[in-house]
Amino acid sequence: MEYLIGIQGPDYVLVAADNVAASSIIQMKHDYDKMFKLSEKILLLCVGEAGDTVQFAEYIQKNVQLYKMRNGYELSPSAAANFTRKNLADYLRSRTPYHVNLLLAGFDESDGPGLFYMDYLASLAKAPFAAHGYGAFLTLSILDRYYKPDLTREEAMDLLKKCIEELNRRFILNLPSFNVRLIDKDGIHDMEKIAVGTK
Amino acid sequence: MALEDICSFKDKPLQRWFPLSALETDYHNLELESLKTTQINGGIPQHIFMPPFPPTNLFISRSTSRSAPSNYSPTVERPFPLTHGTTTLGFVFQGGVIAAADTRASAGGLVACPAVHKITPIHSHLVVTSSGSGADCMLWERILIREIRLYELRHKRRLSIRGSAKLLSCMLHPFKGTNVCVALTLCGWDKEGGSFGMVIYVCSDGARLQGDIISVGSGSPYAYGVLDGGLSWSLSKEEAISLAREAVFRATHRDAYSGNNVDLFHFMN
Repeated sequence: MEYLIGIQGPDYVLVAADNVAASSIIQMKHDYDKMFKLSEKILLLCVGEAGDTVQFAEYIQKNVQLYKMRNGYELSPSAAANFTRKNLADYLRSRTPYHVNLLLAGFDESDGPGLFYMDYLASLAKAPFAAHGYGAFLTLSILDRYYKPDLTREEAMDLLKKCIEELNRRFILNLPSFNVRLIDKDGIHDMEKIAVGTK
Repeated sequence: MALEDICSFKDKPLQRWFPLSALETDYHNLELESLKTTQINGGIPQHIFMPPFPPTNLFISRSTSRSAPSNYSPTVERPFPLTHGTTTLGFVFQGGVIAAADTRASAGGLVACPAVHKITPIHSHLVVTSSGSGADCMLWERILIREIRLYELRHKRRLSIRGSAKLLSCMLHPFKGTNVCVALTLCGWDKEGGSFGMVIYVCSDGARLQGDIISVGSGSPYAYGVLDGGLSWSLSKEEAISLAREAVFRATHRDAYSGNNVDLFHFMN
C-alpha cells in the first residue's frame, strides 16, 4: 500500500514517500507526510502498522535530539541507523513489537551521504538505493538497470520519476502524489511534489 | 474522577494485586513517579491500564517484560456481539466545524438502542464523535474528559486539540493489540486552529490524523461519497449543515448498522 524510495548519489541522497494515509479501503488523508526529521541532515521515512509508525519514529526522533542536547553534537546517520535498529531488535521479541519498515537517509561531514534500509525484523543494510512496499517489487529492477554511483541530481530525479511512472502504470492501488526531499551538505531540501500528471 | 484525584482521595489498595514495575508503560502523566507510589491511579482501577496478557503470544517474553498477575483470568466469551457500526463525520469549512453522527447502536444484527448520543461535548471547545465499541468509547471519553480537566487545573490553560489527540493516542497505545476498539474524532476550535477549527481522528490502532474531512464507521464510505462531491470551503452555514445531514442520511440508507436519527453539532469561533 505504502511506498518509500531512496537513491544515494555522490554527495546527496534523494528520498520520496507517498502521501496516502489509509484506513482499510478508505484514503483518509491525501497529504500525509511520512518523513520524520531526526536532525538537520537526517531523515527517517517510516511506513507500517497504523500507530506503530508514528510512535516509533517520534521515539527515535526525540532520542536523537536528546543526544544532541546532552552531548553538544549530533549523531551521525550511521549511528542513528544503528540506534534505530537496536531499538527495533529489542522490541522484536517483546510483547509489543513494532511493525515498521524504515529508510534512514543522511549526510555525514566525514562519511558523505548514506542511505540505510531497515525492516520490521530489525535488519539493517547500507545501500545505494532502496525501496519499501509493494511498489518496490515493480521499481527495484528499474533502479538496478539505470542506477550509477555518479548520478547527477537531475538524473536521480528522472530516475525517481521513471519509478513513479511505472507505479502509476502497473500498481493496482492509486498513489496520487509523493513527497520528495533531498539531503546534502547544506541540509534537507524540499523538492517539488510529484503528482499524477506532472512531467 | 478529577476531584478525587486533586483531593488525593485514597481508594482501596489495588496496588498489591499487581507488581509496581508493571506500571512502567507509558502512562502519560508527568507525575508518573509519584503515581507509582500512591495507592490510587486517579480513581481508575489499575487493571484498566494494564493490557490483559493474551495467551496467544507469538514471541517468548523475556525476563524484562512484566509477569502476569496472580489473579489473571483468560478472556471470557461474550454472550452477544459488541456494539459496532456507525456513521460519524466531521469537517472544517469557512464557517467553523461541523460534527454529525447517526444514533443507532447495533449489536450484531440487533438494534440495541435507536437513540444513542455519539457526539459528546468534552470541553467548552471540544466535541468528540465516537465509533467502534460503544462501551469502550464511553469509558475513554470519560477518561479524556478527566485528563483534559486535570491539565487545565494544573497548568491554568486549556489543552489544545492537537495536544488532547496526542494525549488520547498515547493513553490508548498500551492497549494496541487487545480488543479495545475506539475510533474517535475530536472536533473543535482552539487558538492553534486559527479562526476555522480542527478535526483530528484518533483510533485504538494508534492512528492519529488531522484532516479537513474525516468520516469514521461502517457507513463512512457512503458518507465520503456525498461529502467529497458537495463540500467546498466557501459553503454557507446552512448549506454545510444540510450537506452533513444528507451525508449521514445517505449512509444510514445503505449501511445496515447505521440508522435512526442524525445528531449534528456546529462549532463557530
